[in-house]
Amino acid sequence: MSSLICQRQSLTFRARSYMAFVFTPQPPIADWLADLDATLERSKGFFAGHPVALDLSAAGLTPPEITQLTASLAERGIRVLGIEGIAPHDATPGLPPLLRGGRGAQEIEIPEPAAASAEPAPALPPQKQEPASLLIDSPVRSGQSVVYIEGDVTVLGSVGSGAEIIAGGSIHIYGTLRGLAMAGASGNPRARIFCHRFEGELLAIGPHYKTADEIEASLRRGPAQAWLDGNTLKITAMN
Amino acid sequence: MSEGKSARVLVVTSGKGGVGKTTSTAALGAALAHLGQKVVVIDFDVGLRNLDLVLGAERRVVFDLINVINGVAKLPQALIKDKRLENLFLLPASQTRDKDALTEEGVAKVIAELRTKFDWIVCDSPAGIERGATLAMRHADAAIIVTNPEVSSVRDSDRIIGLLDSKTEKAERGESVEKHLLITRYHPWRAARGEMLSIDDVLEILSIPLIGIIPESEEVLRASNVGSPITLNAPLSAPAKAYFDATKRLKGEQIPMQIPSESRGLFNKLFGRKAA
Repeated sequence: MSSLICQRQSLTFRARSYMAFVFTPQPPIADWLADLDATLERSKGFFAGHPVALDLSAAGLTPPEITQLTASLAERGIRVLGIEGIAPHDATPGLPPLLRGGRGAQEIEIPEPAAASAEPAPALPPQKQEPASLLIDSPVRSGQSVVYIEGDVTVLGSVGSGAEIIAGGSIHIYGTLRGLAMAGASGNPRARIFCHRFEGELLAIGPHYKTADEIEASLRRGPAQAWLDGNTLKITAMN
Repeated sequence: MSEGKSARVLVVTSGKGGVGKTTSTAALGAALAHLGQKVVVIDFDVGLRNLDLVLGAERRVVFDLINVINGVAKLPQALIKDKRLENLFLLPASQTRDKDALTEEGVAKVIAELRTKFDWIVCDSPAGIERGATLAMRHADAAIIVTNPEVSSVRDSDRIIGLLDSKTEKAERGESVEKHLLITRYHPWRAARGEMLSIDDVLEILSIPLIGIIPESEEVLRASNVGSPITLNAPLSAPAKAYFDATKRLKGEQIPMQIPSESRGLFNKLFGRKAA
C-alpha cells in the first residue's frame, strides 16, 4: 500500500504545446461557413485529422449557437480541439475546453488544388524550424522572380529593374536593388530588407509596401534598410 | 564549301527593337569575313526580314530559312553569297510567314549543318522575347547584346541576359553563353550633358564585359540605305572602326577600348575655322 502511494506521488504531469489551426468565425456565421466550404472545395481534406481551435472573440455567439457551430464543423470533418475568446461561464460542459495563452505562429496558406489534390493534408510546420536561407551569387535579371517562402534570401549581385525577390524571411542584397523586394511574405513582421545600394521600384514587408514614389529621394543610391514599426513600413539609410 | 569546320554560333540580340541588331549583325558579319573568316549570317526575324536589305541581297532571295526547315529547299540552295566578300553568306528569313513557322527541331538541324561548313554563324535575333528571339539564341556559344545608352534599352537587355542564362542549350547543360555588350548609337555630346546613361552606368547595371561602343553616325544610316554593311561601305568611318575593333575582340585579340569623344572633333572644328 505504501509503495503504491509512493508511485502515485511520483506521477508527474508535463505541459506541452501543439500547433493548431485557429478559425476565427465572423458573423453572420452562415456566410462564414459558406466561405469555409468554398475553401474546402478547393483543398479537400486539408483540415482532416488536424487539431483546430476556434477563436470566438469576434463571433458573439450564445452557448447554443456555439454548440451548433461545432456540430456544423463536425459535419465537415473538422474536430474542434478547444475554444478561446468566450467567457468562462459560456463554456458549458458539452463544448470543447476553453483555451488560453495561445501564441501566434505564421499564417498557413491553403494550397491550390494542383498541390493539394486528394492526398492527406500536409503536416503542420514544426514549431522550431531549422534556419533556412537561399544564396544567389549572380545578378537577378529583369523579369526574373526569386520566391523563397522558407526563409531569408541573400543576393550577392544586383537585382535588376523589373526583377523581384520574395522571401518569407529577410532579404539581403549586396549589389544594387533596382527591382522589387518583398520580405516577410509568410507573415513574419520581424523580417527586414537590406540593400547595399537602393534604387528599387517597390519595398514590402508582409502586406505593408511603399513604391519608389513614396520613398524619400535622399535614400536613393545609398545603403538602406526597411523594417516594420507596427503597421508602418520604415526605410532608413544605413550609414 | 569546305567541310570539317566547327563554327562558333553568335547571336546578336537586344530585347528592344530599333537599337541596331540588324545593322550590327551585317557590320560584324562583314568584318569577320573581311578578316578571313567564313561567315553565314541568319535572319531570324521571320515575317519582318531586313538583313537582306542591309546586305543588299534582297533581289537575289529565292529560298529562305523556313523553306529549308520545311524541306522545300536544301540549305546550299537558300544560302546567298555576298557579291563583295566571297566568305560571307546570308540565310534570309521568310517575309510571308511568321515566327510560328520556326520549329525547334528545324532550327537545330539547320544550325548543326551550318556548323560543319563555316567558322562563324551569326544569328540576327528579332526584337522581343518570344519564339523568334528564343530560337535565335537557342544554340548560341556567344552573344552580343546590343544596347543603346538609355533606360528602356538597358532594362530589356537585362531581361535578355537572364534568358541567355536560362533558355539556351548551353545554359541547360549547366554551361554559360559568353556574353558581350555592344553599346550602339552613342552620342558623345549627349552623354557629356548627362542626357543619356553613361557607359559606366550601363556597365554597372548589366555587369557583362564591353566589346565595343559604336558612335551615332549618319554613315550607319547611309550604309543601310545603300545595302552595304558599314564596315564595307565606309571602313574608315568612326562606327566602322569601332565595329572592326569589336570584331577583333570577339576573335580574342586585346584591343584597348576607346570611348568615342567629340573633344577632338570640336577642337578640329575650332582650329579649322581659325585656319579658314
